[in-house]
Amino acid sequence: MAVLGSPLRTLRGLLRELRHVGGRAGRPYRNTPAYRHIVAAFRAHRVTSEKLCRAQQELHLQAATYLCLLRSVREHTALHQEYHGKGERSPEEVAGLVGFRLPQQPGGKG
Amino acid sequence: PAERKRFYQNVSISQGEGGFEINLDHRKLKTPQAKLFTVPSEALAIAVATEWDSQKDTIKFYTMHLTTLCNTALDNPTQRNKTQLIRAAMKFLETDTVCYRVEEPAALAELQKNEWDPVVAWAERRYNVAIGSSTSILGPNIPASTKETFVSQLASYNMWALQGIEFIITQLKSLILSMGLIDRHMTVERAVLLSRLEEEYQIQQWGSVAWAHDYDLCELRARVAAGTLFVHLCLESSTVKHKLLQD
Repeated sequence: MAVLGSPLRTLRGLLRELRHVGGRAGRPYRNTPAYRHIVAAFRAHRVTSEKLCRAQQELHLQAATYLCLLRSVREHTALHQEYHGKGERSPEEVAGLVGFRLPQQPGGKG
Repeated sequence: PAERKRFYQNVSISQGEGGFEINLDHRKLKTPQAKLFTVPSEALAIAVATEWDSQKDTIKFYTMHLTTLCNTALDNPTQRNKTQLIRAAMKFLETDTVCYRVEEPAALAELQKNEWDPVVAWAERRYNVAIGSSTSILGPNIPASTKETFVSQLASYNMWALQGIEFIITQLKSLILSMGLIDRHMTVERAVLLSRLEEEYQIQQWGSVAWAHDYDLCELRARVAAGTLFVHLCLESSTVKHKLLQD
């Protein structure tokens, strides 16, 4: 079985990701099917203590996998917005991306 | 189109005759081929519903990996049967990432040995086969009996799970790492790291470029995590008996 950290940490991470995802306006994230399903599953298996039986470990790993999915999608989307979603950049912005500054040429290129 | 506006307020799931369905307001979600979107697992339906509910102003289809996997299982757009899927998966064993070694630079060869040898050893023990590794350009020489064992193993999975497994294998370029994930031997993060060992080594040497490296890393993690979750949910006991999965 894959080695994981603390189940409580995984659960907290998952709930945090669900909060990012959020429900639609007016619907708190606690009232979503995903939130309810995860909390119920953890409660049913009591996956918060140190020593876990096989079923609990499997649930924990599944939770960690889902956490990885939510987190990676969020990070990927943010990177996409940052680097690929902004259309054409000005020469100054492009230079700035790799740490350069365009030279000042008050008289033009000459 | 890559994106379209979010056209629904509420996302919910309901249980129909064939399985669990996704409702966008009063409309039932359909696949690209206009079939009714039905999945055999409630947990999978909830996760798909969450993907749809996560969309803000525009629907970013390229982030909805579970939905895509379900659509592939339902539509089978490449029209492949089980045998063809297994054959496609097995192709990757012949040039499996973790078996295909470099001789130089020495540091990378050492890293590959330290990180990949244990995984190969695990697969050999777990499936009682000989695999080995090779620095030859042709890759390792996989015995026929080893191939038969893996073909047999893959054939034991239902069609949905198999679609998911083949997807993971094409992402990781490794059948062995994918089996490691399916068998719960490693986490997604670890499998992705092992798949990208050479990239990670180069990044350590030369530095990371966020808009390329992190972008690729996050995308790979998302896809592999989706594939893994999808496969496990399709293999869970109550799900396995489901009509949708009988082929």
